Amino acid sequence: MNTIKILCLIGLLGLFGSCLSQLDQLPTVETTSESVYTSVENYKSVLAKLYASYAVGGNEKGDGNADMASPTAAYGYLRSYFNLQEIPTDEVIYTWAGGDNLVDIQYMRWGASDTWVSSMYYRIYYTIAICNEFLRNAGDDKIAGFSEAEQQEIRVFAAEARFLRTLAYSHAMDLFGHVPFVTENDQVSAFFPPRITRAELFDYVETELKAIETILPEPFANEYGRASRAAAWTLLAKNYLNASVYTGTERNADCITYCNKVIGSGFALEADYSKLFNADNDRRTQNEIIFPIQSDAAKTTTWGGMTYLVNGPILGSMNSPDYGVTSGWQSIRTLREFVALFPDATGEVDRRGAFWTDGQTLDVDDPSSSSQGYTIVKYTNLNDDGSYTTDDGLVNTDFPLFRLADVYLMYAEATVRGGAGGDAATALGYVNQLRERAYGNTGGNIGAAALTLDFLLAERGRELFWECVRRTDLIRFGRFTGGDYLWQWKGGTVEGSATDARFDLYPIPATDLAANPNLIQHTGY
Amino acid sequence: MREYRRKHRTNTYWLALLASTLTVGIPLAATPVTVRAQQQQQLTVQGTVRDDQGTPLAGVGIAVAGTVAQAVTDAEGRYRITVPAGAHQLVFSSIGYLTQTVEADRQQIDVVLLPSSQDLEEVVVVGYGSQTKKDLTGSVANVASKDFNAGLVGSAEQLINGKASGVQVMSNSGSPTAGSTIRIRGGASLSASNDPLIVLDGVPLENGGISGNGSNFMSLINPNDIESMTILKDASATAIYGSRASNGVVLITTKKGTTGTLRIGFSSVLSMQQQQKVADMLSPQRFEQVIQEQGTAAQQTLLGGQRTDWVGQVFQSAFGTDNNVSLSGSVTNTVPFRASVGFFDQQGTLRTDRTDRVTGALSLSPTFFDAHLTLNLNVKGALNNNRFANTDAIWSAVAFNPTQPVHSGSEAFGGFYESLDNAGVPATGANLNPVGLLEQETHKSRVGRSTGNLDIDYKFHFLPALKAHVTLGYDYAHGEGENRIPASAANAYTVGGSFNEYAQNTQNRLLTAYLNYTAPLENSSLEVTAGYDFQYWSAKSPSVIYFNEAGDVQSTAMASDQRHTLLSVYGRINYQYGGRYLVTATIRRDGTSRFSPENRWGTFPSLALAWRLSEEDFLSGSHTLSDLKLRASYGVTGQQDGIGNYGYLSIYNRGDDFAQYRFGESFYRVLRPSVYVYDLRWETTRAFNYGVDFGLWGNRITGAVEYYTRKTHDLLANVSVPAGTNFDQTATTNVGNIESRGFEFQVNATPISRETLTWEVGFNATQQHTRVTNLSMVEDDKSVGSYVGPWVSGRGIQILTTGYEPNMFYVYKQVYDEQGKPLENVYADLNGDGIINESDLYRYESPAAEWFLGFNTQLTYKRWTVGTTLRANVGNYVFNNTKMDLGAWETLQYVPFALNNLHSDFLNTGFRARQYYSDYYVENASFLRMENITLGYDVGRIAGSARLRLGAIVQNVFVQSKYTGNDPEMPNGFDSTFYPRPRTYSLSVNLQF
Repeated sequence: MNTIKILCLIGLLGLFGSCLSQLDQLPTVETTSESVYTSVENYKSVLAKLYASYAVGGNEKGDGNADMASPTAAYGYLRSYFNLQEIPTDEVIYTWAGGDNLVDIQYMRWGASDTWVSSMYYRIYYTIAICNEFLRNAGDDKIAGFSEAEQQEIRVFAAEARFLRTLAYSHAMDLFGHVPFVTENDQVSAFFPPRITRAELFDYVETELKAIETILPEPFANEYGRASRAAAWTLLAKNYLNASVYTGTERNADCITYCNKVIGSGFALEADYSKLFNADNDRRTQNEIIFPIQSDAAKTTTWGGMTYLVNGPILGSMNSPDYGVTSGWQSIRTLREFVALFPDATGEVDRRGAFWTDGQTLDVDDPSSSSQGYTIVKYTNLNDDGSYTTDDGLVNTDFPLFRLADVYLMYAEATVRGGAGGDAATALGYVNQLRERAYGNTGGNIGAAALTLDFLLAERGRELFWECVRRTDLIRFGRFTGGDYLWQWKGGTVEGSATDARFDLYPIPATDLAANPNLIQHTGY
Repeated sequence: MREYRRKHRTNTYWLALLASTLTVGIPLAATPVTVRAQQQQQLTVQGTVRDDQGTPLAGVGIAVAGTVAQAVTDAEGRYRITVPAGAHQLVFSSIGYLTQTVEADRQQIDVVLLPSSQDLEEVVVVGYGSQTKKDLTGSVANVASKDFNAGLVGSAEQLINGKASGVQVMSNSGSPTAGSTIRIRGGASLSASNDPLIVLDGVPLENGGISGNGSNFMSLINPNDIESMTILKDASATAIYGSRASNGVVLITTKKGTTGTLRIGFSSVLSMQQQQKVADMLSPQRFEQVIQEQGTAAQQTLLGGQRTDWVGQVFQSAFGTDNNVSLSGSVTNTVPFRASVGFFDQQGTLRTDRTDRVTGALSLSPTFFDAHLTLNLNVKGALNNNRFANTDAIWSAVAFNPTQPVHSGSEAFGGFYESLDNAGVPATGANLNPVGLLEQETHKSRVGRSTGNLDIDYKFHFLPALKAHVTLGYDYAHGEGENRIPASAANAYTVGGSFNEYAQNTQNRLLTAYLNYTAPLENSSLEVTAGYDFQYWSAKSPSVIYFNEAGDVQSTAMASDQRHTLLSVYGRINYQYGGRYLVTATIRRDGTSRFSPENRWGTFPSLALAWRLSEEDFLSGSHTLSDLKLRASYGVTGQQDGIGNYGYLSIYNRGDDFAQYRFGESFYRVLRPSVYVYDLRWETTRAFNYGVDFGLWGNRITGAVEYYTRKTHDLLANVSVPAGTNFDQTATTNVGNIESRGFEFQVNATPISRETLTWEVGFNATQQHTRVTNLSMVEDDKSVGSYVGPWVSGRGIQILTTGYEPNMFYVYKQVYDEQGKPLENVYADLNGDGIINESDLYRYESPAAEWFLGFNTQLTYKRWTVGTTLRANVGNYVFNNTKMDLGAWETLQYVPFALNNLHSDFLNTGFRARQYYSDYYVENASFLRMENITLGYDVGRIAGSARLRLGAIVQNVFVQSKYTGNDPEMPNGFDSTFYPRPRTYSLSVNLQF
C-alpha cells in the first residue's frame, strides 16, 4: 500500500512537471521572430513589407487584414500623403469631403484631432517602427551565422531599410516638423520617445543618407522596386532644396551637387509624358523614374494609393473603360487657379494640361458637386498598347515618387536661388527639355530672362501636379498660408482667403501628445 | 452635476417603500385567525406527504404544535400520528421544503409540500465543493429550477433574468441566433471581457463561441436539463477561481438521476412570436406629401406611386417549439441515472432567420463500497443548425423608399426592385431591396458540441473525514458554415457573386483534483480543501477562400490555431465555532500561457468572516428573527479573458497573394510583425463586500443586503501607445484603474402558505456606480480621453476619461428655441470662448443604468398558478442613432438614383443636415418591463399514474419607458435599427409518469 501511495505521488508530480512545460504555448500558423530571421528568403520577405508599407494598407486583398486598427490608416500611406500634400492646395478640390472627414483639410483649418492628420502620422511611424525592427535583427552580430555572400546581401537589405526609414522621417520632417525620435536602439513598447527638433532631424536624415550612399547599389544596379543610391541622392537633393524651411539655413549648393550625381548616372526623360503615369510605367524605371511605389491589380492591391489616384478623377461624362477601370469615383477635380497655369485647358498646346471640360464648370461654387471644376487626365490604368486589366477598379499603375523631371527642376531652382556650382545655362537647358516634351516642339521653350523663381513654381505645378509635392513647394515659396496666393476654398471661403501661418506645419495628433509627455504641440494649435 | 438624479432617487425610494410594505404588511395581515374545530378526544391522523410533482416524500417530520408528539413519513411518504384531545395543528417540515401547518380536524390528511429556496439547511454548490446556506460567508445567490423563468427559453441565462440582485442579463437582439450578455455587479473591466466565468458541472467553459455560433454558444446547453444556477458575486466566493473570477462566477448544475421508481417526463412548449415595431418612419402617403412640398423636381420623379410597408414585408410572426423527454431513475436501484432528449426549433421574426437544436444528456451517479466511492458521469451533446438572416435588411427596410414596389416586374436582380443608375446597375451607395437581401442570400451554419465530465469522489476507508475528488472534463465543438450570395443579387452584383465556407474546431480539457478534510472538533468544525487544476483550450480553423459565382478566387483569409493553458493550485479553509462564528480563507495561484514567464504567475487570496447573530443567546429565542447573519469579505481576483493568446510574443504574419511586392521579376509575399507587449500581466481586482442576511418568522421572509467596493488596477485596455514604439497606433496593455461600488438588496417572502393557497413574492434591487480613476501611461494627463464605443462619423460616440464614469456620451449641448424645438447646428458654448468647436463637447450620461430592480411573484390556488416577473432599469441612456441617421433632410438622398424614407422626427426638428453629436439624441431609457406572465393549471392524475400540467405564458409582455425608440434596452446604449425583441405567446404541456 505504501509503495503504491509513493508511486501515485511521483506520478502526480511527474504529471505536474510535464504540465508546467505546457505553459509555454507557441503559435503554429504564425511565426515567432526567432524563427523568422533564420533565412535570407525571410529577410527579403520582411524587407518586402517595409516597401509595401508605402503601397498597401494590409496583409490581404484590398487592404484586408489591415496593418493598423484605425479605419483611415487602413487606406495606406500613399492615400494619406496625397490627401495632406494635395487637397489643401490649388491642385485639388475634393467631392466627398463631408463623408470622408476631409472638410478641414480642404479648407486649411484642421485641428489636432483631425483623422487624416492622425492617419498620416501613425502611418509614418508604423513604417519607422517596422524598419527599426528589421534593423534590430540585421545587425552584424545577428547575421554572423550566415555565409559571407548572404551577409552581404542582408547588409544591402539593411541599407534599404535605412533608406525607407529615412524617407519616412523626411516626410515627418516636412509635414510635422518637431516629432518623436525612435531608432532600432530603442526597445519595442513601454518607453517615451524623446522629441527631436526639425533642424536636428534634418541633420540625422542627412547623416543617414550619406552613410548608406555607398552601401546601396549603383543606379540601375538594384532590382526593380528596390532603392538604389540614386534614390538616396534624390532624397538628399529634395531635403537640401527645402533646407531653409527645415533648418533656417539654405543648402542650395549641396542640392546642386546631388542633382548632378543623379543626372550624371544615366537617367533620361521619357518621350511620352502619359507613359510615365500608365499601367506599364514600371518600365520607366529604366529611364526616368528613379524610385516608384508599386501597384498591381492582381498582386499589390489597395483601395488607397494608385487605385485612388486613377479612379478618383473619373467623373461626369468620362467613360471609365477609356482609362482602364470599371467606374469612376467622381472624387477629384482641379481649381481655376491651377488651370490658369496652362496656356489653355485643351491640352493641345501643352500636353500635360489635358483637362476634361465636358459638362464641367471652371469655377467651383459647391465643392461637393462633381460637375464643378475641371478634372484632368494624368494617371490611367492603360498599358502602352492601350489595353488594360483591372479587378473591379484595381490598377497596375505605379506612383513615381522620384523622377528625373523633378531633379531637373530642383537643379534649376537651386541655381536660380544662387547655389554654388550651378550653371544657369545648364539649368535653362533642363527646363527647356521638359517644355519640349510637353509641347511636342520648341514652341514652349523659354529664354534665360524668363527663368525666374515664379516661373519655376508654375512649371513645377505643370510638370509635377498630383505627385504629392505641391504643398512643400508652396511652403518653400511662402505661398501656402498667408494671403499672397489665394485659390478657391482656401480657408473655407469661395474666393479663398488668407490662412494663419501655423498651417505650414501639421499638428502633432492629440492622441500622441497624451501618450508621450516628451512632445510639445506646435505654436498656434 | 446630475440634478435629475434627485428625481430618480425619489422614484426608486417610492418603489422600495412599496415593495417593503407589501412584503411586510401582507404576512401581518394574513396572520391566521382561524376557527379551531373542537376535538373531544384524541385522534389518529394519517396520510401521505408528496411534493408538487406528486412524488411521495420520505423523512418528512410531522409534529403536533405545542406538544411532543412527532412522526416521520416512510419511504412511501406515509405517516401516522396521534393527536391529543383539543384543537391542534400539525406542522409538516422537511429540508428543502416550505413548512406547512394544517388543522388536525380529520383522520386522513394528505399534504403537498412546496420546495423552498429559503431553507438554511439547503446545500448550495460553491466553487470546488458545497456548503449549507447557513454556513455561507460569501455573497452567493442561488436560483433553483422552480424559480426559473418559464416559456420558450432558448438559452440558460434567460432562466435567471430578474431573479437575483446584482445579476443582469440582456439579450443581444431579438434574433433566435443572438445570445445574451450576463453582467454580475456590472463587470470590472474595460477591454478585457466583462463576462463572468461559467462553470458547468465543475468544468469552466471558455467564453466566446465557435465559427457558426459565435454569440449564442450557451444555447447548446438545454435549459430543461438544468437543476440550479448559483451565482457567486463577491471576491471571497469567487477568488477560488482566481485569475478568471473578477466578473463573478455562474455555477450551473444539471439534473441528476434519482433513486426510486423510474420516472418519465415529457414537456412541450408551442409558441408564437409577434413582431414589434422598429422605428417611427413616415407613412407612404406622408412621405409622398413631404417630397411634393419640399423636394426638387428630380426627387419627385423618384416617387413610385406605390404603398409598400417594407418593415412588414421583412418581418413575420414566428413559430417555435421546444419538446423534451426525460427518463430518471435507478438501474438495479444502485445506479441513479437520468437521460433526456430535447428538440428545439425557433424561427426569427425577421424572415429566413431560424435556429434549431437537438440535445441529448445522460447522467449516471453510481456509488460503490458502501458510499465510499461515488462516481458522477455526465455527457451532453447538441446539434445545432442556424440560418442567419442578413440583418442589414432591417436598416434597408426602415429606410427604403415606401413608394416603390417590392418586385420590379423584370427578371434582373432576382426580380427585386433596385435603384438603378444610368448604366442599369444598382447604384453604388443606394439602399438595397431588403426582401432581396433576405431571400437571395444564404448564410447557414451547423454546429455540434459535446460536453462532459467524470467526477470521482472517494472517502478514504481508513479516514472517512478525508475525501479525494477528481474531475475530468471536456468540451468539444465543431462548427462549419457557408455564405452564398448569387451574382444576380444586387449585393454582390459588381463582384459576380460571393461564396465561401468556413469551419472551426474548439477543444477544452480539464483535470481537477483536490483533497477535502473535515476535522471533527468540539463545538466547532474545520474543513480544509487543497487542490490542483490543469486546463487546456484550443481553437483551430483552416484558411478561408472567397470565390465569386464563376469560381474565381476573390481573396483569402489566413488559417488560425489558438491555444492556451492554465495551471493552478488552490486551497480553502472553513472554520466554524459554536455555530455562530464563521471564517473562510481561500487562496489560488494561477499560471497562464498568455503572459511571459516573468509575469505569468498570480496569487489570489481572500478572507471572509461571518457572524450568525441569530444563534447568539440573546437572539436565539426570538420568534420573529429566525436568521441574522453579518458578513464581511475581502479578496483579490484576476482577469485575463479577452486578450490574445500570444500577446507577449513577437509574431510575424505572412501576407496573402494579393498583398505582395515585386522585386525584379518576382513577387514576394510579405512578413509583417504584429503588435506585442512583452510585460502584459494580470488585471487585478481588490474587492470588499459587507452583507447582512436576515430571516423573519421562521424564514417566511428572507433577504440580504450587500454593499461592495471594488478597485481594479493594471487594467487591460486598448489605448494609444507613443508613436513609433509598437506596430500600431494602439495596443492592449496594462494601464489605468477603475473603481466601482454598489448596493444590493434582495427579499423573498411567502406571505401565504396554506393547503390551498400559497403566495410567494420576491424583490431585488441593485445600485451600481463605476468610475475610471486612471487611464493613461502618462501621469498628470490633461488629455480629453479616448474615444470608444459605436462609431458615429469618424469616432466612437462614447469616451473614457479619468475621473468619470466609463463610456459616457461625448456630445454637444443642444440649444432649443422657446417652443422647445432644437435649433440646427446651434450648441451651447460651454467654455465661453465664442467658438463652437471640439472644446465645447461635454460628457453627458452613460449607457449604464444606476438602478436595476426585479420583482417576481407567484400565487397558487388549488390547481391554479399565476405568476409574473418584472424588471426595471433606471438611469440608463441610449443614443438614438436610428433617429439621427434617418431624421435629417440630407439623409433623404445620397445618390441621384434613390430616395430614402425619413424618420418622423424630421417633422419635429426640420434638420437639413445630420446633427451627429447633438445630445438631443441621447435619451433617457429608464424602463419597466414585464418580463413574463404565466398561468398554469395542474390537471392532476390522468390515466393512472400520469400527472398533467398545462401552462400559458406571455414573454416580453410590455415595456414602459420614455425612450422614443422601439426598445430602451440597447447593448452599448446605441440604437441603430435594432432587431426588435418579440412578444412571445406560448402554451406548454407537462406530463410526468
